[in-house]
Amino acid sequence: MLSMIRTLWYVLLHMFHKRVTVQYPEEKPYLAPRYRGRIILSLDPDGGERCVACYLCAAACPVDCIALQATEDATGRRYPEFFRINFSRCIFCGFCEEACPTYAIQLTPDFEMSEYQRPNLVYEKKDLLINGPGKYPGYNFWRVSGVQIGGKDKGEAEHEGRPVDLHSLLP
Amino acid sequence: MTSPYPIVAIIGILVVALTLAAGLIWVERRLLALWQDRYGPNRVGPFGLLQVLADMIKIFFKEDWIPPFADKVVFIVAPAVIVVTVLMSFAVLPIAPGIIISDLNVGLLFVLGMSSLGVYSVVLAGWSSDNKYALLGGLRAAAQMMSYEVFMGLALMGVVLLAGSFNLTEIVAAQRHVWFVVPQFLGFILFLIAGVAETRRLPFDLPEAESELIAGFHSEYSGMKFGMFFVGEYLGVILISCLITILFFGGWLGPVLPPVVWFLIKMMFFICFFILLRAALPRPRFDQLMSWGWKVMLPLALANLLVTGAVALAWRS
Repeated sequence: MLSMIRTLWYVLLHMFHKRVTVQYPEEKPYLAPRYRGRIILSLDPDGGERCVACYLCAAACPVDCIALQATEDATGRRYPEFFRINFSRCIFCGFCEEACPTYAIQLTPDFEMSEYQRPNLVYEKKDLLINGPGKYPGYNFWRVSGVQIGGKDKGEAEHEGRPVDLHSLLP
Repeated sequence: MTSPYPIVAIIGILVVALTLAAGLIWVERRLLALWQDRYGPNRVGPFGLLQVLADMIKIFFKEDWIPPFADKVVFIVAPAVIVVTVLMSFAVLPIAPGIIISDLNVGLLFVLGMSSLGVYSVVLAGWSSDNKYALLGGLRAAAQMMSYEVFMGLALMGVVLLAGSFNLTEIVAAQRHVWFVVPQFLGFILFLIAGVAETRRLPFDLPEAESELIAGFHSEYSGMKFGMFFVGEYLGVILISCLITILFFGGWLGPVLPPVVWFLIKMMFFICFFILLRAALPRPRFDQLMSWGWKVMLPLALANLLVTGAVALAWRS
């Protein structure tokens, strides 16, 4: 009985506590930099597309909301011909970001993407691409990978040794 | 001293009671939020006051569906019964000198009788729904009402002894020197607990316990029929608050401010207390509820009546 009265008193005192509600549209909540919100495609520091259209994100996606088509430019550099994310399906799990070998696909601290019509939630490549490197400023996949593309031969990447001459290995 | 213009009093009290009952939706949500460190509805209109209007429009336009397996006539009548019985009780409540519909000389008995009739609404709703959860809710309501009604009446007999009348106006008048909450403190506590159980409010909302019986007796109700149960419940809260004010806290009596204002202040205080009870206390188990009613509250009420009777007898002779 006494404990009930004490409970009543403590609950009454909550009147003077600080509210935990964030008055949303006027007052924005703090979102951590690692928040998993709207998905973007980033550019490398040289301004080229980072995405190499490896399909790993589409394979990792548990709800199959990513669709893309790989193609190559004249220099042999792979890129997606189209890249489409259906945000009405996306669950913002971040698996695509984890799967991405080139830091191209990233989740950002932004969730304000409501639409009145469902088709507007399908984002094409031009909607996804941002003009910058996102969370990994210095990284350029093509400069560190050993893949040969136009203007960069084998062994010319950063921290990469010259290719071994196979004939020199013969006994 | 019945009002000189009864029709004005009837319409006035009806309008005020129903408006208050609707407004309580907002009050309750805001207060619960206040005690849970939230804001509650504060977007629709000033302070979220138009939330009431939005809720009402919503509930009026909801589909009013009667399940095909239900006992149709009883199903429709049940929600009306609770509102009617509670509203009938308002007829004998003296809000202020002259503001009363019918100054009945057995006013208190009338109120007790009407609140007993109110239980039919819940029981019939549970029965006619032809649904086991609804039936369980109805059964619980019947058992709860039976056991809490007994000492509710007995707890009030102390007040009647002191005032020497069943007439609510005379009971208020008898408190001119000291409010009955002082000599009848135990009676007040007992009546408060019985009142909460009578209106089926938390922590005594076992008939509708949403976590075990889904919604108990009104599981099958939708639309405005469900709304009627809600209005009935809020009207019941207002009624019990009015009764506590009249019986234990001197009704309209108070210095400086006009009588009606005093009455409303006291009434609002107890309505807020009801909501605080809801915010703070957990629901007891059903057997705990019953054994509390019969083994603790009833003997206490009887002892209270005995002592009050003895003191009153000794003092008068």
